[in-house]
Amino acid sequence: MASAAHEKNEATAARLALQVRSMDTTAAGSQKEAPLRFQISDLNFYYGARQAVFGLNLKIPANRITALIGPSGCGKSTFLRNLNRMNETIRGTRYTGDILLDGQDILRMDVVKLRRRVGMVFQRPNPFPKSIYDNVAYGLRINGYSGRLDDLVEKSLKRAALWEEVKDSLHKSAFALSGGQQQRLCIARALAVDPEVLLLDEPCSALDPVTTAKIEELMFQLKDSCTMAIVTHNMQQAARASDFTAFMLDGKLIEHNETPKLFTTPQDPRTEAYITGRFG
Amino acid sequence: MSTATTPIEHAAPPETGPRALLHRLRHGDEVAHVVTLTFAALILLITSLLVFELWIRSGPTRGKFGLSFFWSGVWDPIGGDFGAIPFIYGTLVTALLALMISVPLGVAAAIFLAELAPRKMSDTIAFLIDLLAAIPSVIYGLLGIFVVVPLMRTTIGPALKGAFGFLPIFKGPNYGVGFLTASIVLTIMVVPFIISVSREVLLTVPREQREAALGLGATRWEATWKVVVPWARTGIMGSVFLALARALGETMAVTMVIGNDPKIRESLFAPGYTIAAVIANEFNEATSDLHRSALIELGLVLFLITFILNGLARLLMVATERGGGHS
Amino acid sequence: MNRIRLTWRKSLNVVMLTLTGVAAFAVVSVLFLILGYFIWNGGTSLNLDFFLKLPRPEGEVGGGVANAIVGSLKLLLLAAVIGLPVGLLAGVYLAEFGGKTFSFVVRYTTDLLNGVPSIVIGMFAYSLAVVPVKHYSALAGGAALGVMVVPITVRATEEFLRAVPNSMREGAMALGASKWKTIATVIVPAASGGIITGMLLALARVAGETAPLIFTALGNQYWSPGWSQPISALPLVVYNYAISPYDDWHRQAWAAGLVLLSLVLLANIGCRFVINRKGVRSV
Repeated sequence: MASAAHEKNEATAARLALQVRSMDTTAAGSQKEAPLRFQISDLNFYYGARQAVFGLNLKIPANRITALIGPSGCGKSTFLRNLNRMNETIRGTRYTGDILLDGQDILRMDVVKLRRRVGMVFQRPNPFPKSIYDNVAYGLRINGYSGRLDDLVEKSLKRAALWEEVKDSLHKSAFALSGGQQQRLCIARALAVDPEVLLLDEPCSALDPVTTAKIEELMFQLKDSCTMAIVTHNMQQAARASDFTAFMLDGKLIEHNETPKLFTTPQDPRTEAYITGRFG
Repeated sequence: MSTATTPIEHAAPPETGPRALLHRLRHGDEVAHVVTLTFAALILLITSLLVFELWIRSGPTRGKFGLSFFWSGVWDPIGGDFGAIPFIYGTLVTALLALMISVPLGVAAAIFLAELAPRKMSDTIAFLIDLLAAIPSVIYGLLGIFVVVPLMRTTIGPALKGAFGFLPIFKGPNYGVGFLTASIVLTIMVVPFIISVSREVLLTVPREQREAALGLGATRWEATWKVVVPWARTGIMGSVFLALARALGETMAVTMVIGNDPKIRESLFAPGYTIAAVIANEFNEATSDLHRSALIELGLVLFLITFILNGLARLLMVATERGGGHS
Repeated sequence: MNRIRLTWRKSLNVVMLTLTGVAAFAVVSVLFLILGYFIWNGGTSLNLDFFLKLPRPEGEVGGGVANAIVGSLKLLLLAAVIGLPVGLLAGVYLAEFGGKTFSFVVRYTTDLLNGVPSIVIGMFAYSLAVVPVKHYSALAGGAALGVMVVPITVRATEEFLRAVPNSMREGAMALGASKWKTIATVIVPAASGGIITGMLLALARVAGETAPLIFTALGNQYWSPGWSQPISALPLVVYNYAISPYDDWHRQAWAAGLVLLSLVLLANIGCRFVINRKGVRSV
C-alpha cells in the first residue's frame, strides 16, 4: 500500500469500494476460470506515421467486465475501437499483431458481422434523428431481422433499464429524452442485436452521478449474457464495476489484473502512482 | 496465428485478389461509390460538353474571321459581316457603370448592417436583401421598361443634362432606353450580392481590431473605414468580382432596356447592345448559319469572361479565409 | 486647430454613418417598391379568367395565361427529374466518398457551371436538344433548366450532409451498418430538411429564368401536349408581352409577373424559414 500521505480522495474511495465488493460472495478464484472472449497479441497501432499503441497483449474474459484505465491520451479509446474495427473508418490507420474473437482473427470476418457481435456505446449519446422505437429497431432492421420487432425493442429497452420511462412514448423523437436517457437508449440500441461483447467508451463521462450509478448497475446485470470492456477515466467506477482492470500509459499496457488486486496491490510503480492520484 | 519474426501488417482489407471480394462483401458500398462517382463525373461531362458544343458551333465564324472578330465593329447579318466590338463595349460599359454605383452603395449598406445595426435588425434586413437577389431577371426587366425608362426620359435624364450636359457622356437625345438605363437596372440587380457577401466578410473581422482602433481614440467611422474594411478588403473584392460576373451575364433585364443598337456611342443616353442581349434578340431569327455561329461565338466569349472572373472571385474568397484579410 | 479637427472628425463620423444607414434602407425599400408596383399594376388583373383561359390572338383584349402556368409546371417537373438526382448523388459523393483531387475538380466545375450565364446554358441546350431534332420542345427547355438546377443542389446536399455529426455515422456503423446503408438510412434523412429546401430553392430559381427558354422551349400560344413541342412559361409570357406594343398585353405582363414574383418570394421565404428553424436535425 502506498503511504497514507500520498493518497488522494479518489484512491481512498476506490479502496472502500473494493472492500465492499470483497464482502461479496464471489470467490476471487472464479475469475481466472472464465473463458476468453478477446485475445489480443502484440498489437501495434498507427495513425499514419504516428504510433499510438505499442506491443499490447491482453486477454478479455467472457462474461466479465474489463475496465481500461489510464491518463488522457494513453491510447485506451484507440485500443477499444480496434476491437470492432471502428478505426477503419479513419483514413490512414493500420495495425500489426492479432486480435482474435473466440479464436478467430477479426480481420478475416465480415466487418458487418463483427459489429453485430461486438457492439459499442460512445462517449456522448448519439441517437439517430428517429423515434425511440426506430432507434432501437435500427440495428435489427438493417441486419435483415424480419421477426417481431416490438418484442425485441421492449426487451432491449428493459435490459437498458429504460422501458418504464419510455414505454408510452416510443414514437417520440429520441432527442426529446434527457442526456442520461439518451445514453441508455444507445445502450438499448446496441443490445437489440444481441451482441456477445459490448464496448463502452467512457459512457458516463457526460452524465450525472445518479445516471452513472444506474448504468453501472445495468452493466452488472448484463454480465451474464454479455462480455464488456469499458474505458473509463473514473477510477472509482473501475473499482466498483469491473472484474478486471488494465492500466495503460503512453500506448503501452502497464498492468492487467483482477480489479481488487490491481487496486490494492499494484505490481508496477506507475500503476500505483496513477491510482493514488499522483498524475493523470 | 501470432506472428513470430516480421509482423504481418493489417491495414485496410486487401485491395485485390479473391480475398478482396470477401472483404468487399458489402457490394452495396462499392455500388454506391461507383454510382455517386458517376454522377459527380457527369457534372464534369456536362461542362466539358458545353464548352465543346460552343466551340464547334462557332466554327464558321472562327474560321472566317479569326481574331479580327474581336476588333471589328460591323454587325451586318444580311451582308454576312460580324464583329464583336459593339457588344463587348456595351457589356463592359453597362457592367462597369453598374459597379461604380453599386459598389459604394453596397459596401456602405454592408457596413451599416455589419457594424451599426443591432443583430436582429441586421439579420432581417439582410434576409430582405437576399430576397431581392432571388427576384427573376425578367421582373426587373418589366420594371425597367415601364418604370425606369419613363423615369429616365422625364426626370433623371433632364436632370443630368441640366447639370452635366456639357459632358460628352450626357450629350445626345434621350429616349429613355440606353446604356444608362441598363446600368441603373443592373445596379439594383447586383447590389444585393455585394451587400450579402461584404456583410458576411465584415462580420468575420475580429472584434479586437475594432476595439484597438476605438481604444486609440478613433471615431466609429474611422475605426470602420480605416481598420475594419481594409481587413475585409479581399473578401469585398471577391464580392465585387462576383457581382461583375453577374452583371456581365445578365440577359433579360438588360435586353429589355438597352435599346438594341449595335453601335459604339459616347453618350450614355444612346441605345446600345450587350452580348447577352443580342443573343437573346437575334438567335431565333438568325438569318444564316454564319449569323448563328457569330452569336454562339459571342456566347463563348461571355462564357470565358465569366469563367475567369468567377475563378478570380473564388481565389479571393479562399485568400480571405486563409490570410484573415491581409494581402 | 485640434478642436476644429475633432469637430470635423465627429461630424464626418455622423454623416458617414448616417449615409450607410440610408444606403441600407434605400436598398431594402426597393424590395417593397417592386412589390408595390406589381400589386398595383397587376393585382386587378388577377381574376379567374386570367388563370384559366388561353391567350387570345395578337392584339385582342382578354384571355389568360393558363398554358403558361401549366407550361412552367411541366418545365419545372422536367428540371427536377433531370437535375435533382444528379445534384443529390453528386453531393453525396462529395460529402461521403470523395477523393481529394477529384472532389476538388468536381467542386470547382460545379461552381463554374453555377456562374455560367443562363443564356449560354440555353445555347448549350439548343445545341444538344433542338438542333438534332430540328424543333423546339419542352424537353429542351426542361433540360436547360435541369442543368441549372444541378450546381445549387450539389452545394446544398454536400453542405447539409457534412453538417451531420460524425458521431451519428459511427453509431450506425458500430451497429453493423455498411457505409451506403449508413448514408441512406441515417445521414441523408438527418440532412433531409436542408437538402429538400436546397432543392426547392434551386427550383424556385429556375422557375423565373427566361433566357434559357427563349431558344429551347420557345413559347406557345396554345396548350403543349406531350414533351416534344414548344411550350409556354410564365417568364416567357412576361417577357414577350412586355416588349409587345399592346396595352392589354402589358397589363397581363404585370399580372403574370405578379404571379411569378409571388411564387418565387414565397418559396424563398418558406425555405429560409425552414432552414433557420430546423437546422440539420430534422425528423
